Amino acid sequence: MNSHVNLERRRQAIYGWLLLTPAMILLSIFAFYPSIATLWSSLFSRNTRRRPSEYVGGENYSDLFADPTFWLVVKNNLLYAGVTIPVSIAIALAMALWANSKISARGFVRTAYFTPTVLPMIAAANLWLFFYTPGLGVLDQIGGLFGLPTVNWLGQPETALWAIIIVTIWKEAGFFMIFYLAALQTIPEDLKEAADIEGASRWTYTRRIVLPLLMPTTLFIMVNALINSVKLIDHLFILTKGGPSDASKLILYYIWEMAFAFFDSPHAAAMTIMVLVVLGVVAAIQFFYIDKRTHYQ
Amino acid sequence: MSNRIDTFGAVLLAIIWVSPLLFAVWAAFHSTSDAVNFTLLSPWTLDNFRTAWAGAPWFQYFINTFLLVTTVLIGQFVLTTLAGFAFAKLEFPGKDFVFILVLMQLFILPEVLIVENYAMVSRLGLFDTILGVGMPYMASAFGIFLMRQAFKSVPIELHEAARIEGCGLLGILWRVYVPLAKPTYLAYALVSVSTHWNNFLWPLIVTNSPDTRPLTVGLSIFGAPENGVDISVISAATRMSVAPLLLAFLLFQRQFVQAFLRAGIK
Repeated sequence: MNSHVNLERRRQAIYGWLLLTPAMILLSIFAFYPSIATLWSSLFSRNTRRRPSEYVGGENYSDLFADPTFWLVVKNNLLYAGVTIPVSIAIALAMALWANSKISARGFVRTAYFTPTVLPMIAAANLWLFFYTPGLGVLDQIGGLFGLPTVNWLGQPETALWAIIIVTIWKEAGFFMIFYLAALQTIPEDLKEAADIEGASRWTYTRRIVLPLLMPTTLFIMVNALINSVKLIDHLFILTKGGPSDASKLILYYIWEMAFAFFDSPHAAAMTIMVLVVLGVVAAIQFFYIDKRTHYQ
Repeated sequence: MSNRIDTFGAVLLAIIWVSPLLFAVWAAFHSTSDAVNFTLLSPWTLDNFRTAWAGAPWFQYFINTFLLVTTVLIGQFVLTTLAGFAFAKLEFPGKDFVFILVLMQLFILPEVLIVENYAMVSRLGLFDTILGVGMPYMASAFGIFLMRQAFKSVPIELHEAARIEGCGLLGILWRVYVPLAKPTYLAYALVSVSTHWNNFLWPLIVTNSPDTRPLTVGLSIFGAPENGVDISVISAATRMSVAPLLLAFLLFQRQFVQAFLRAGIK
């Protein structure tokens, strides 16, 4: 009997590892090894014909800290995250409340909100190019009606990043709406009835009952939005290429440029490591804080 | 009364939200000068589509994108099914540790590791191949997680019944678990296809020829300002490249939204 249980246990272990092997091989090749290799190569100097690569310790990092462009890019990305996250969450919430209410055009409204989500960012950027092109673009045409001068939205440092931010919000708000919609549908009807009987206004009901119940969803969306603020950079390639004078450059774009335009992979690696550390902190917060809260719900 | 304000607000926001799309549709069917001057009653034309179609190997790009999303999806289905099943239903030493490793990958975005992944793909001789574009995404931690959840909810009685019938472990997986997880597969497929149809940065890095380049990369090259293509033609090209996915979305809207929900909530 005992030997039978042992046999079964051994059989499960063998099967378990066999089934995991293909996924583990690919994960090792494309996630774990590259992370370690990135850390390793961030500690070496660039390999040029004149000077072979050598160990430099933290020099690549200190180079970056001394590089004003790096700080500008960090600042841009913080602004990008600081604006896109709250604004797209707020819009997503409004969208979800509307798309969930009993209004006549609900089907149209839902589709309209969600459609940008299924477009490639590259296509979205092409569409928005129409709005931003100086002189010819829609924004300038509208401004022209009111006698405003033409503005080169993408071509001047003061507005370029904002133009990028607007496209991002447009693209991701509808996506986040979906999560709110799902959460709203789990709120029982009787809460609304009870609030009505108590004479609570709609605003009070929303603020005191709906919003607290949506808290776990909001936190989940926040993590997603934060990740997006690192990786959603495709539109930069179409709209500004990080310019003018780096005013709209974001970290991932800078990494790409460093590695594939300037062929300086050690510095790109050092930046990658910093991004991974930030993402790691976010992950830790999610695992230890958010998951716990969602549990209590 | 408040209902009317709500309707007004909701519809206004909806119109703002789709206006870039609608405008692009309108512009794609009109000559450039009419489009930029907003001559609303100007004649409709298909010239932009002809020019755009002739300007790049779109058909090849479509095929490439199609092959790419199919390759990724097949790879993901196989790998995540096997791994998800192991995590959900088997007990073996080291399981929890490996599961934490897999979860870590949720935050090691493939987008961030472009430099080393590029080196890896080149080393494997997969540079400028569709397999090379798809491979880093196949062992998706997200998919493994999703499949694990789906398989966990399958009642153990079905498993036992199949075993008594003389089914081997893989037979049980194939005959019992996979059919029961169909909705999850559908949801995952929709999310995966739309993600990879739209992916740009990684394909930009690992492709180098029209024979492998997906639509997004083709579109970005076609629309690059240095190519001097005019705005209506870009609009037509954009239209063409998003049409299949957009059409699919409008037709299967409900399933699409459900899919994203299912995938997002985990």
